[in-house]
Amino acid sequence: MLRMLAARLGQMVFVLFGISVLVFGVFFATPGADPTARIAGRGASPEVMARVRSAYGFDRPLPVQYARMMEKLFVSRDLTSFVDHGAPVVPEVMAAAPVTLSLVLWASLFWVVFSLAIGIVSAVLRDSWVDRFFMGIGLLGLSMPVFWLGEVVNLVTQSRFHDTWLFSWVPPLGYVPFSESPLGWARALLLPALTLSVAFIGLYARVLRAELLAAMGEDAIRTARAKGAGPARVWLWHGLRLSWLSYVSLFGMDFAQLVGGGALLTEVVFALPGVGRLTYQGLNTLDLPLIMATVMYAAVFVVLANAVIDGVYALLDPRIAEGRHGR
Amino acid sequence: MRDGPWSRVWHGLGQRRGAMAALGLLGLIVAASLAAPFYAAWVGVDPFVSNVAGTTLRHGQVVDLMQPNDNPLHLGLTPLGPDWRIGEAYGLGSDAQGRDVAARVLYGGRNSLLISAAAAILCMMTATAIGLCAGYFGGWVDIVLSRMLDVLWAIPVYLLAISLSIVTVGHGLRLGPVTIGADNLLIPVIIIALVYIPYAARPLRARALSLSRAEFVMVSRGLGASHWRILTREILPNLADTLVVLAPLLMALCLLAESSLSFLSLGVQAPAASWGTIIQDGEGLLYTRPAVAILPGLMIVATVLSLNVLGDALRDTLDPKRRGRS
Repeated sequence: MLRMLAARLGQMVFVLFGISVLVFGVFFATPGADPTARIAGRGASPEVMARVRSAYGFDRPLPVQYARMMEKLFVSRDLTSFVDHGAPVVPEVMAAAPVTLSLVLWASLFWVVFSLAIGIVSAVLRDSWVDRFFMGIGLLGLSMPVFWLGEVVNLVTQSRFHDTWLFSWVPPLGYVPFSESPLGWARALLLPALTLSVAFIGLYARVLRAELLAAMGEDAIRTARAKGAGPARVWLWHGLRLSWLSYVSLFGMDFAQLVGGGALLTEVVFALPGVGRLTYQGLNTLDLPLIMATVMYAAVFVVLANAVIDGVYALLDPRIAEGRHGR
Repeated sequence: MRDGPWSRVWHGLGQRRGAMAALGLLGLIVAASLAAPFYAAWVGVDPFVSNVAGTTLRHGQVVDLMQPNDNPLHLGLTPLGPDWRIGEAYGLGSDAQGRDVAARVLYGGRNSLLISAAAAILCMMTATAIGLCAGYFGGWVDIVLSRMLDVLWAIPVYLLAISLSIVTVGHGLRLGPVTIGADNLLIPVIIIALVYIPYAARPLRARALSLSRAEFVMVSRGLGASHWRILTREILPNLADTLVVLAPLLMALCLLAESSLSFLSLGVQAPAASWGTIIQDGEGLLYTRPAVAILPGLMIVATVLSLNVLGDALRDTLDPKRRGRS
């Protein structure tokens, strides 16, 4: 068990290392992305360029630059931006994180509740018109670009029907911190979170329905039925227990990716100052320290989620921990 | 060959009304996109040239493309709105630069479809190669390839695609002797293909792994077949059904990714159009001329939905055990 944990930890560190090298390499090895010219400004004289280069250490070998950046990011935590007058990067990410976290928490609440309800109802009423309707709607939700859906939502709630009773409560685009006004916080996040969750509701409802129907064919269900369990107990207790493994692992991955900045498009469309939008700003100015900080922050979440999922798997299904389950 | 695998696929699809409808809709969208130049020539517009001072005929009257604004102060100009007569110049209105929206949506479809299809094919080819090697050779080959995929997969897909686009779009890409121009469509194709490789490679690796332990592969190896022969003649053909199911679903994902990149001005570059760039153009007109942003979005939804329906139907056809499961 301890050896497995150590191997797992080593693997996590390796993935994080790989990502940091990848991001660093992409931005330093790409022609046209030289940070010196960006910092010095357009048409700077060669002397200024040379000064910037030595001040920022761009004349050092790449591995040294990489090591210094990692040290500043993880050890001394005083990595500064290349563009924004040398503003420290870590506090910026920390300020954006609660926005993204709130958005994703709301969205995941919606998508878990709705997808559970739709998935179970569709599985129980398999092949009825209700099932077909829900699965069709789910597929439609999966097929919509989230930024476009967000714009349509904005059009309806901010402009066309804003003055009707239905949407007069919708606040202008932007974020309200929870500490300022809990109600305002909830109101500002409701529509963005719903928009973000639409595709996930569709996907998760479909996955859950498929897994439930597959579980119904297993011996455990037949045994439960034979022992006299009612339909509610069969579906909700035995069925869900057999089928929630893939649901949980899917959820862990998606949640981590969104918290790590995957909700970028939603944040951009709804003007929420979250991690995704921060990364996007950093990318637009090719601000490598900021990009490095946000991407590493995202990667930590994803890698942790992976580890947690594997742990949950091992808890739920001891066959995996013993390596007997073919993966 | 009446009972060959392909005829089975066709037969299975033919029995599903949803799949046939999706195939029909997809064909219609592709045909309309291909006909974009004919449409533009027929109604007499050039969708790539700014035409802010232009006029057009509507109901026999000459009207300005840029109309005075309807706000109380009459500040600024609003482009001509749609009158929903397809087949007339500016039937779907004009965008902020006085260009015909209908023609741009059709031209945009060409780029969107071309990029997503090319990216899906490139992604599947690379993923197949990686999945085959990792699954068949196992050992350290598998470890190295799988860890590389882990690294790629641990960065949110859109974040990675956007990062790569920012350093290449507008700068060009130099890969050894090959240079790809700054506005070449190959750049988004390569980037989108790259970010979805882990998504496609994982199921292929798993399939290759289980196949490489199958009896017929053991027999082939026992008969002295080379690795190359086993990979290409024994295992690859058996991946075909996985690939056929994957293709439309992957193209749907690629299309969504392409539109997102273009929406952030990181995909197809102006004045060329894709559905994503047109939505971006329409963002500024969202509250006055919503049609500009909504129409290309509807095209994306229709295309992605058809591809997903098709992928589902293919999976049900090729894997009867899973019928009705998802």
